[in-house]
Amino acid sequence: MSVIYAENLTKRFGNFTAVNCITFSVERGEIFGFLGANGAGKTTAMRVLCGLSKPTSGRCVVAGYDVARETEKVKRSIGYMSQKFSLYEDLKVWENIRLFAGIYGMGDKMIALKTEQTLTHLGFEAERNTLVKALPLGWKQKLAFSVAIFHEPEVVFLDEPTGGVDPATRRKFWEMIYQAAERGITVFVTTHYMDEAEYCNRVSIMVDGRIEALNTPKNLRQRLNAPNMDAVFQRLVQAS
Amino acid sequence: MATKNNRRLSIINYQLIVKEFRHIFRDTRSMLILLAMPVVQIILFGFAITNEVKNAQVAVFDPSKDAATTRLTERIHASRHFDVVWHLSSAAEAGEVFKEGRVNLVVVFSENFGENIWRTGEATVQLIADATDPNQAVTLTGYASSIIADYRQELLAERSIPIRVKAQVNMLYNPQLQGAYNFVPGVMGMILILICAMMTAISVVREKETGTMDVLLVSPVKPLALIFSKLVPYFALSVVNLITILLLSVYVLNVPVSGSLLGLTALSLLYIFVSLALGMLISTLVATQVAAMLASSMALMLPVMLLSGMMFPTENMPAILQWLSSIVPARWYIAGVKKLMIEGLPIASSLKEIAILSLMAVALMTASFRKLKNEH
Repeated sequence: MSVIYAENLTKRFGNFTAVNCITFSVERGEIFGFLGANGAGKTTAMRVLCGLSKPTSGRCVVAGYDVARETEKVKRSIGYMSQKFSLYEDLKVWENIRLFAGIYGMGDKMIALKTEQTLTHLGFEAERNTLVKALPLGWKQKLAFSVAIFHEPEVVFLDEPTGGVDPATRRKFWEMIYQAAERGITVFVTTHYMDEAEYCNRVSIMVDGRIEALNTPKNLRQRLNAPNMDAVFQRLVQAS
Repeated sequence: MATKNNRRLSIINYQLIVKEFRHIFRDTRSMLILLAMPVVQIILFGFAITNEVKNAQVAVFDPSKDAATTRLTERIHASRHFDVVWHLSSAAEAGEVFKEGRVNLVVVFSENFGENIWRTGEATVQLIADATDPNQAVTLTGYASSIIADYRQELLAERSIPIRVKAQVNMLYNPQLQGAYNFVPGVMGMILILICAMMTAISVVREKETGTMDVLLVSPVKPLALIFSKLVPYFALSVVNLITILLLSVYVLNVPVSGSLLGLTALSLLYIFVSLALGMLISTLVATQVAAMLASSMALMLPVMLLSGMMFPTENMPAILQWLSSIVPARWYIAGVKKLMIEGLPIASSLKEIAILSLMAVALMTASFRKLKNEH
């Protein structure tokens, strides 16, 4: 059963076509990598899927709801972590959690319970009252991800979540992504770290607004006879 | 649970409002600036720029030259405010001495001044001031009028018949007399719009810059709840500022609220709302905090200073500037405050201002709401 479905999705800004008639679907519980060079259109496509941006044409369905017509229901079913840092730096750790949980309509008792679980899980018990700006970058990213899935969304959209983070922290971050996927949360993630593409169940590679390839990392490597995803990416870009 | 959710997701989102207050209270420096700004401005305008004038040069035209005029002239000369330096031989000379810039005030006694007092109990003295500097002109005629009034009191004590000495005040060059009491309404108009509009715009744009705005827009929060939560804290802050300004002007500067305090408050709250809506609109038009700051100061500071009637009377402006000034909210607010606070007129007198500001509030709010909703 597909939890994200996009059909002939196009987004133009004036004469520039950022997303050019893409069609794809993502299955429940899948970790779906959305790859592409800067400016290939992946962030634009993701913003359309989240309802942040209206498509010029085409339609998309997320968590069973039409994004254009049932935006409110879509919004309640998804989590989002923006490319820029998506927490409030001048709020404390618990205040950020409380704020976003409240925004998603969670009850006070539930919030209190889950806050404890999350802080314990992250090992942040001592940082409860720390201002977010005082946390190291890797910690902030982990917290931001925890907040994005705090309300147990069906899908979480991650826009280059590991930008600027060291490799060890990135690996830990991906462990969290796996844990979320095991709980049934579908993960839609954009990245330009090609080693991260190997961690995804399936990846799509965007070039100039089009999806040039969509398959499991293993099949893509075999098809293009490439040793790793980086080589896959290079060959696709050169071919177009 | 469902009803609870609905309540939480309605227009007033408590969590969001608390969050906005936290942003403000944690930025101590900005908050102090916001709260201290009106105090500094009022004190500066009130004390540093004082109206007191000493040893102003006076010319006298005295066609009757009797005991009464001589005594009055002596009185004026004896005052620490004036020096009588010139005796004119005709009333027409007044224009010349002004043009030469030799005097600040001309006193013209009527013919047969003393005789009129004894016979009819009524005599006229004309005070002509150079009102290119309006504050000084008002002050000088004020001093002279009180010297004349004192003299009249003395005569009254000597004689039993009622005596009237009429002082005709004639303001040259600037009949509008924009002056002393004006700055309180002006400062109110400026500070409120600056704080409300600039701070609201910056706080919205900051979220665009940091990316948190996207996170909020992806969430089920209603755009209206988002706007509302931004307005509440700055509204509260502006009310604190309003109270500060009024207390300072009443108790420190002795500019009383001579009209309806309720009306003044209502007008001010309306103006604060207009300013907040303006800030919202600015925030939808710019992308960075720097741009928001520049846009607010260019679009607000200059028009408020130059076109609101705070410094220059709008009635004397060319038609195009008058037209421009009528879209500056501060113009209508300042006009309303003058009526309600300084002139002591009833609320009904400023219905026009209230109507125009209400219209502006609705238009600005609708525009910024639409813009936020259709931004993407």
